[in-house]
Amino acid sequence: MSNAITEADAKPNIGTVQTRSTEALNEPRIAIRNLDFYYGSNRALKAINLDFPAGQVTGMIGPSGCGKSTLLRVLNRMYDLYPGQRATGEVLMDGENIIAPGIDLNQLRSRIGMVFQKPTPFPMSIYENITFGVKLHERLGKADMDERVEWSLSRAALWAEVKDRLHSSAMGLSGGQQQRLCIARTIAVRPEVILFDEPTSALDPISTLKIEELIDELKREFTIAIVTHNMQQAARCADQVAFFYLGEMVEVAAAADMFTAPKQKRTQEYITGRFG
Amino acid sequence: MSEHIVKSYETELNRLRHLMTEMGGLVESQVEMATQAVLNKDAGAAAHAMETDPKVDAMEREAEQFVIRMLALRQPMAQDLRQIVSSLKMTGDLERIGDYAANVAKRSLVLSQFSLNFPFSGLAQMSRLVKENLKTIIDAIGESDAEKALQVWRSDAAIDDLYNTIFRELITYMMEDPRTITPCTHLLFIAKNLERIGDHATNIAETIYYAVKGEPLTDARPKSDISAYAVVRPAGE
Repeated sequence: MSNAITEADAKPNIGTVQTRSTEALNEPRIAIRNLDFYYGSNRALKAINLDFPAGQVTGMIGPSGCGKSTLLRVLNRMYDLYPGQRATGEVLMDGENIIAPGIDLNQLRSRIGMVFQKPTPFPMSIYENITFGVKLHERLGKADMDERVEWSLSRAALWAEVKDRLHSSAMGLSGGQQQRLCIARTIAVRPEVILFDEPTSALDPISTLKIEELIDELKREFTIAIVTHNMQQAARCADQVAFFYLGEMVEVAAAADMFTAPKQKRTQEYITGRFG
Repeated sequence: MSEHIVKSYETELNRLRHLMTEMGGLVESQVEMATQAVLNKDAGAAAHAMETDPKVDAMEREAEQFVIRMLALRQPMAQDLRQIVSSLKMTGDLERIGDYAANVAKRSLVLSQFSLNFPFSGLAQMSRLVKENLKTIIDAIGESDAEKALQVWRSDAAIDDLYNTIFRELITYMMEDPRTITPCTHLLFIAKNLERIGDHATNIAETIYYAVKGEPLTDARPKSDISAYAVVRPAGE
């Protein structure tokens, strides 16, 4: 027994276990490398490096003006509409830099769809809202087009509610329905990536939950980026979360790590509501 | 860390911390009374330790309710979340410590009816270490001090070692004189209770460390309580 007592004299080891989420993120569908963005002379994004893993949701959080919406605008080159705005660096998709000159913007925007803060249905029928974008990229016969409309409305969890009034005006839908119509319209052109810019900030809580459920469904088929001011929403929807502040990406981590034990002090202060 | 934008949230977090240290203080005095009851045959102290138990239980319930309320209303994140969830765990440990202290106090009443011809020096030493660790860990709760927590976590092995020594000592006494079996058995339980109090203090240490640092301590801490394997044989066997 004496040897057992000696064993007890051993000094305890101190160590910490690796607790960062071990759930691996997928291969990036989009890889941002050293991206800068300028509104005129104002540098709104500073040396951003961020991967958007395929088939997963990347949440982007940060206070107003931190650059997260700007980043979404870069991804489908919305900024091209405005002179004086420019991006440098690389946004790689299939090895191609999509912010380089000479990229076909129509084609790019069919690969990367966007859903905005407020529902923006076109003042036409529900059916035409869906077919409008499809017609820009594809020539489909009526049967195929009908099928596409049903496919996209079903994916957007709206089909059951509108299938009997496809040809009535989209403006007659409720706010939540209109937003789901916009999502249907976006996925109708079968993009690879969907960008959501605060997609539920104008919606009631139940419509919000429906959209969140939808995002969860959609990520099986699409790569998703979502900008949100709602921290709980980012925690619920996203697989990985990036925190932006003053044009910099302060921290990126798996959502489970980001909201339980963020590494950076600024992230901690922001997500706990202490931002000073 | 700067203050919350929502002041009432900050106030609630402070109140939660205060609740924990208050409960800790209560338990600390309970352990103090219980060990005094044993070492000084002080029946008054024993009664005090036992009477404190329902108060500790009530505080545990209060802390639990408060935590549930905060989780529902504040949807805490990051270190706030860790503090709040950790508080819930720590109330459980503190409550158990209180139970062990009350049990020590009860046994002291039986023990005081016997006159034993050996000193309680090992037990006195063990009580001192346990109380020291308990005090340090309650300070660590109040100050969110991971270093103090680590100190307690490290020093529990010494308590376990003392327990092993006492265990073997008491068996020897019982073998020498079977009339001591009743008081020695109570003393064994008393020592075991103190050893368990030490273990709960290290649980709290691990919880505090996680709450402050955001990463847990490994469970690599070697268990030094080897009494489960101890064999003491009569001389000459």
